[in-house]
Amino acid sequence: MIVAQRKPIDEILAMLAGCRRVLVLACGGCVSVCLTGGEKQADILASQLRLAAKARGQEMDAQSDCITRQCDREFFADLKADPAGFDAVLSIACGVGVGYMSELYPAVRVLPGLDTTFYGANVGPGQWQEYCHGCGQCMLAWTGGICPIARCAKSLVNGTCGGTKDGKCEVSPEMDCGWYLIYQKLKAAGRLDELLAIRPPPDWAKDRSGGLRRMSVEELADLGKE
Amino acid sequence: MTNQASDRYVSSLQAALAGGQFVFTGEIGPPKGVSVEKCLHQAEQYLKGRVAAVNVTDIQTAVMRLGSLALSHLLAERGMEPVFQMVTRDRNRLALQSDLLGAYVLGIRNVLALTGDHVSMGDHPQAKCVYDLDSVGLLSAMTMLESGHDLGLDSKGAPNVLEGSPKFFKGCCVTPCTEEVAPQIIKLEKKVAAGAQFVQTQAVYEPEAFDKFMGEVRRRGINAPVMVGIVMLKTVAMGRYMNSSVPGVKVPEATLDRLAKAAKDDRQKVSIEICAELVRAMKPFCQGAHLMTLGWDHCVPEIIRQAT
Repeated sequence: MIVAQRKPIDEILAMLAGCRRVLVLACGGCVSVCLTGGEKQADILASQLRLAAKARGQEMDAQSDCITRQCDREFFADLKADPAGFDAVLSIACGVGVGYMSELYPAVRVLPGLDTTFYGANVGPGQWQEYCHGCGQCMLAWTGGICPIARCAKSLVNGTCGGTKDGKCEVSPEMDCGWYLIYQKLKAAGRLDELLAIRPPPDWAKDRSGGLRRMSVEELADLGKE
Repeated sequence: MTNQASDRYVSSLQAALAGGQFVFTGEIGPPKGVSVEKCLHQAEQYLKGRVAAVNVTDIQTAVMRLGSLALSHLLAERGMEPVFQMVTRDRNRLALQSDLLGAYVLGIRNVLALTGDHVSMGDHPQAKCVYDLDSVGLLSAMTMLESGHDLGLDSKGAPNVLEGSPKFFKGCCVTPCTEEVAPQIIKLEKKVAAGAQFVQTQAVYEPEAFDKFMGEVRRRGINAPVMVGIVMLKTVAMGRYMNSSVPGVKVPEATLDRLAKAAKDDRQKVSIEICAELVRAMKPFCQGAHLMTLGWDHCVPEIIRQAT
């Protein structure tokens, strides 16, 4: 899932300066699960905005709404009110939702209420961790299912650097060394020989360096043409 | 450029290591700024003629400073053979390969391939990490350039052809005294397979652990000459800091005690003795020592005298 964090309230208030009518729009997808962009968070944020405006002697009509997903056109039909009627829509979807809605409603000012951070999974109560970087060339087959691109702070592909200490990364004593995890996993599985192969430099064109990434499933694309 | 370099060897360092003598290298760190005279003068006064080559660190600990290539060139101009250190943190494969060609045309032959400390350790923690290649990738790139090609492909999918190819003496680093040494050795094996011809290690203060490490290196058939890293222990506080914070470096309590017990005026003398004793203890297991004196360059002649 995509994990995102709420922006600091001061940053949100600065974005909304001069806005009288604001729609805080939640997303029922990933950000609902990580408890930052769901229906409840939208209600809370809307009331925070009203209170903050009041404290400044201003008035803000901040409403909230939630649709199933902000990354699919069809769900926008469920909006309770026309977004064009607001000075701004504060979307608390991930950046995909914010960007997609901006494209769907070019005349509406859609603002981000969250900072989209990573592709992760739940690792404990209220805790999410990054597992994938979306590099476009999955190498988990030979790394024991542990991603060196996402889990190594340097995204190295040929093994550990000299910055590993007690299984932790030089970046932080709280951060596991990704390559230490890979090594332990492959050692336990009796597959350390996987580590001996020289891995060529990644093709970063498949990552962000190739520019905008798109995917097309031919069967569906053909159906669309018919 | 070098007096001992010949058709067979591209640098004096390579010739010295091939000659079977115990080889010393030194190290200087470029300044943060453009005042290069002090470090060049120090190198000229204390390292020239005493060490086979002088490493020039590349934006060490991710603290922005003058680049390694420029200072390596200035060293060469003054008759000292540089080991151009190259980290993969700050340049992508275009810039790395281009700087390798640049280094070659400036007469630089020894190149040490390193990953480089993460930017979060330095003074520009907001900088974007590059790490397009890792150290194995950088060694492969050097080997590729030597073959007359680069890492790119032409329109037919064949490697691009260079107009004239360089020849380097390619080095790499390893951390021998880390608590889990097997992953380090596996990576070292890959570095050598990718083209590394010599090894300079992270600081070692435990000769027994180093002996064990070297035994494992040779058992795995890694035959590149290894120069043990000697970092001058300047203060007890520095030793404690390394023990708590520097990965793969362990200074034994006995060594720290010895320095602590020395009278203040004798500390530098004791530091020199510790370095020289470490070299003497590890000499039987390796081919040279890489002396990192952290600004105390004036101690190098005495360390070498006591160690040999």
